[in-house]
Amino acid sequence: MKKYSDLEFLKLSRGQKFLYKTGSFFASIPRACLNLILKIGNGIKDFFTAVGGEFADIFLTFKNGDWKTKLSYIFMGFGNIARGQVLRGLLFLLFEAVFIFYMIFAGAHWIGMLPSLGKIGPHEEYNEVLDSYTTVYGDNSFKILLYGVLTIFFIIAFIYTWRVNVKQNKIAEDIIRSGKKLKSGKDDLRSLVDDQFHKTLLALPLTGILIFTVMPIIFMILVAFTNYDGTHDGYNNALFSWAGLENFKTMLSWKGGNNVYSATFGEVLAWTLIWAFFATFTNYFLGMFIAMLINKKGIKLKKMWRTILVLTIAIPQFISLLYVSKMFAKNGIVNGFLMNMGWIDKAIDFWGSTTNNALLPRVMVIVINIWIGIPYLMLIATGILMNIPADLYESSKIDGANAWQQYTKITLPYMLFVTGPYLLTSFTGNINNFNVIYLLTGGAPINAEASSAAGSVGYTDLLITWLFKITTGAGAQYYMASVIGIMVFVVIAVISLIVYNALPSIKNEEDFQ
Amino acid sequence: MNEKTQKRHIGLKASQNISNIIVYVILTVMAVIWLIPFICIVLQSFRVENTWPVGYVAPKTWGFDNYIALWNSDFKRWYANTFIIALIVAVIQTIIVLCMSYTLSRFRFKSRAGLMRLMLILGMFPGMLSMIILYRVLKDLGLTQANAVPGLILVYVASSGMGYYVSKGFFDTLPKSLDEAARIDGATRAQVLTKIILPLAKPIVIYTILTAFMGPWGDFVFARYISFGTSSGMNVAVGMWNWLTPDMINQRYTMFCAGGVIVAIPVALLFMFLQKYYVEGVTGGAVKG
Repeated sequence: MKKYSDLEFLKLSRGQKFLYKTGSFFASIPRACLNLILKIGNGIKDFFTAVGGEFADIFLTFKNGDWKTKLSYIFMGFGNIARGQVLRGLLFLLFEAVFIFYMIFAGAHWIGMLPSLGKIGPHEEYNEVLDSYTTVYGDNSFKILLYGVLTIFFIIAFIYTWRVNVKQNKIAEDIIRSGKKLKSGKDDLRSLVDDQFHKTLLALPLTGILIFTVMPIIFMILVAFTNYDGTHDGYNNALFSWAGLENFKTMLSWKGGNNVYSATFGEVLAWTLIWAFFATFTNYFLGMFIAMLINKKGIKLKKMWRTILVLTIAIPQFISLLYVSKMFAKNGIVNGFLMNMGWIDKAIDFWGSTTNNALLPRVMVIVINIWIGIPYLMLIATGILMNIPADLYESSKIDGANAWQQYTKITLPYMLFVTGPYLLTSFTGNINNFNVIYLLTGGAPINAEASSAAGSVGYTDLLITWLFKITTGAGAQYYMASVIGIMVFVVIAVISLIVYNALPSIKNEEDFQ
Repeated sequence: MNEKTQKRHIGLKASQNISNIIVYVILTVMAVIWLIPFICIVLQSFRVENTWPVGYVAPKTWGFDNYIALWNSDFKRWYANTFIIALIVAVIQTIIVLCMSYTLSRFRFKSRAGLMRLMLILGMFPGMLSMIILYRVLKDLGLTQANAVPGLILVYVASSGMGYYVSKGFFDTLPKSLDEAARIDGATRAQVLTKIILPLAKPIVIYTILTAFMGPWGDFVFARYISFGTSSGMNVAVGMWNWLTPDMINQRYTMFCAGGVIVAIPVALLFMFLQKYYVEGVTGGAVKG
């Protein structure tokens, strides 16, 4: 493709500019892919070099170290204690003792069970005291998977600590050789509120995130490769076991007649994306519009208008959304009003409960989402609009620009530039917008054509509400929920990657500064 | 001023007036749309003649029956649960978020960039996914159903470090020279935080407390999962959601309205009172992404 210089590009007509830009965008895709592959390749190479370096370092430290260092390879912290850093040394030693104790008495068991996820399920056994057959519970697949993952975490933590222990010996030897003094335990404690203060501050938050976010996510990713569901709950009914890629095959395969899962998935995914698009951009433009109206010169009571709008943020969503959903019910206030006024004869079925019409409920959730979402945008836009330099508007006015031109050439580019990252997060937030959908429609109306294996999916269900439905009730399919969750992650990650790299505020950081 | 320019001046003013009138009309219509649901819910909460949803707004007979019925139902318990959760979460979550955001804003340590990237990636997983395992773990610990309150507090608080973006953006705007000056005078890092930064961070502290306090009032998914049908462990959202299910709605609809009013008034008042800080936080957060 022909490349224009800047000057040539400026001479092109508007249509040609557009064509040129889209053309060069597509032309750059293969290159970008190649770069990505090269980057990944380099990353892998760097990783192995780093690992190799670590091993070399461990070996050299052992070879060149004194006997204190050498002994620390087996008894962690020995070097520290021998050199007078008792506090550190004792902590290392304690950690090692706890680790060995745990591995012998529990860890080995869980790791050993991990490949099978339990051998003996619940079964009937003859009980001599009662003289009858009673159910005896065997292994617990859930616990095996959970503690198995935790044990692997623990092993990784141990290896890391061991490496730190080795490194510390090397550092200590270097310090002693250069004739300086080692840090005492008192210094260590003091550094926790001073130059190592970040460790103190992060300890609590990161522990929470590790236990309540990272661990569950890893666990749930693993569940996607098992057959864990309501009937295979791993303890009471039956054990569950590894299923390999079976669940992903079910989700994505087109074979299997009427019961095609992938068709349902495609439909829900499409609606999720449509919803996220409309929910984000209707709010964005209408919110900006309202903010501009309120900001307009000569409009009085600005504070009052804003306060009225902000009510929908102030009042918990479950009240406002549930109430509004009942307002539009067949026997609700809206239908009652319309009928009293004589504008309609028959109640309109806004939520499609009897007509099974998909379009009206979908439009309704988007419209009601505007009611909920505009105030946020109004607040954000108000702050940003006030920051646009007024002289931009004045000079454009002198040049003869009308209000619309001012909007498209000054306001909108500025807003888009500043709020680019916000738009992205709000788009991904809408993909996972559980509250609005679940409280308004609960996913209704039921999609009769959807795969019967997929739970009662409705036309307004997003991936996230579908995920929720699939995890409740007797027919809970936790493994499918995990697969959907992973899909949501993939969708969001892909969109974020593409948009983030194309964002003007990332690309041309200096444009408006 | 000659006659011609004067005329143009008047014309300009008239067009300005017309456009202002149009704006007022739009704003009024909008205000009405925004207020109608809230006015309706208040009016219906005073309806005595029947308890099911009806197609009119103004009650035929007025009275406090629904509020009295609320007082005699489990609503009290739900309200207390939610209030306790919100209070404790507001305190602990604020501490955690401040620790996290201050550290990521001010310290440059080796794993900082990796940590932030990891948290960005973790945030892309739907949080609901972890619910299944957290429920089973909490159940083993005895923190579900009747004991759902401590369980919920634990869940809300534990992963709150992920929401550090807004306050990190705030700390980024505080000049670093403040820290450096204090460090030169011999203050430790901890003293810099407690003596210098925290007093300056009042707006963001209030913002964090406010959002942390309001979160639990609206949470529905986790609360429903963890209380799992046990009334004494529910929060208001779960309890009142049950009132609008098809088999309850005919007895409980007006009670839902009354409950909605009781829940909304204190939360909304608090919000309105601290609105300034909320707006600051939201605008700052959006600009910095």
